[in-house]
Amino acid sequence: MTYTVGTSVRIKAMSPLGHIRTPHYLRGKTGIVERVLGPFKNPEQLAYMVPAPTRTLYRVRFEMGHIWPDAEAPQDTLDAEIYEHWIDQDAT
Amino acid sequence: MPHDHHDHDHLSPSGHPFRKDNDSALSYWQTMEVAIRELMVEKGELTLAQIQAQIDAMDDRSPANGAAVVARAWTDPEFKKRLLENGSDAAREMGFDIGPMHLVAVENTADTHNLIVCTLCSCYPRNLLGLPPDWYKTREYRSRAVREPRAVLREFGVELPADMTLRVHDSTADMRYIVLPARPAGTDELSADDLAKLVTRDSMIGTGLPKAP
Repeated sequence: MTYTVGTSVRIKAMSPLGHIRTPHYLRGKTGIVERVLGPFKNPEQLAYMVPAPTRTLYRVRFEMGHIWPDAEAPQDTLDAEIYEHWIDQDAT
Repeated sequence: MPHDHHDHDHLSPSGHPFRKDNDSALSYWQTMEVAIRELMVEKGELTLAQIQAQIDAMDDRSPANGAAVVARAWTDPEFKKRLLENGSDAAREMGFDIGPMHLVAVENTADTHNLIVCTLCSCYPRNLLGLPPDWYKTREYRSRAVREPRAVLREFGVELPADMTLRVHDSTADMRYIVLPARPAGTDELSADDLAKLVTRDSMIGTGLPKAP
């Protein structure tokens, strides 16, 4: 499924080994889809030179105060690129 | 403090520590690179001149390219719109060969400041800005830029007002980012070429602001 701009999404809190593009500090956090970047080959497989299916890539915007409870300016934001398979479908 | 070296026993006559020579044996990957390069040349797939030309092209990339894009955006509202919609196409339109890079330009305004980091490695719009500064690749910058970005900015001499929104962009996957800084005041009369001279590398990363005219 494709998430539209403005949709609230939660990042999966899993910790697989290997080449991963979802930073630890965002796992389990909830953000808003800022823009849909389109399909890209999944780097988590490309890194191992195995066939990589395309996955939709999103820019997701998080509030600093949500990521870091002691943030100096909680209203500041952090945008990161998140692949669709890192979005928790059960939480949206 | 650049000259505050503690290892006083090993200083050169100019007061700097001696740098260790890198005359150790080739690593596995270095050996493989040499072997493949020689094989490609031997089989006529590439010439040494082509390889050198590519190295020269990569070395020629510099923040001046990004500065030209910024200055154009400051002086051409339609171009600025295209840049913010599709950074890659806008850079190509100006004649920059940026390869397959996906460029996102983020705009600083009166109430928003943007900062770029790559926490996972060192992603940087090299095709437009050249090589990243060494500090951009350090674990300290990569971790602190997302954990305490305002403190990091203060160390760079940028004090953001409390009511300004800071947007940090972590280049975690396929996009590369450039900050479109706010045009400095008092530059209405300047040409795009003169404006480009005010655009610093750091102002396009977000750790700095453009120079005053």
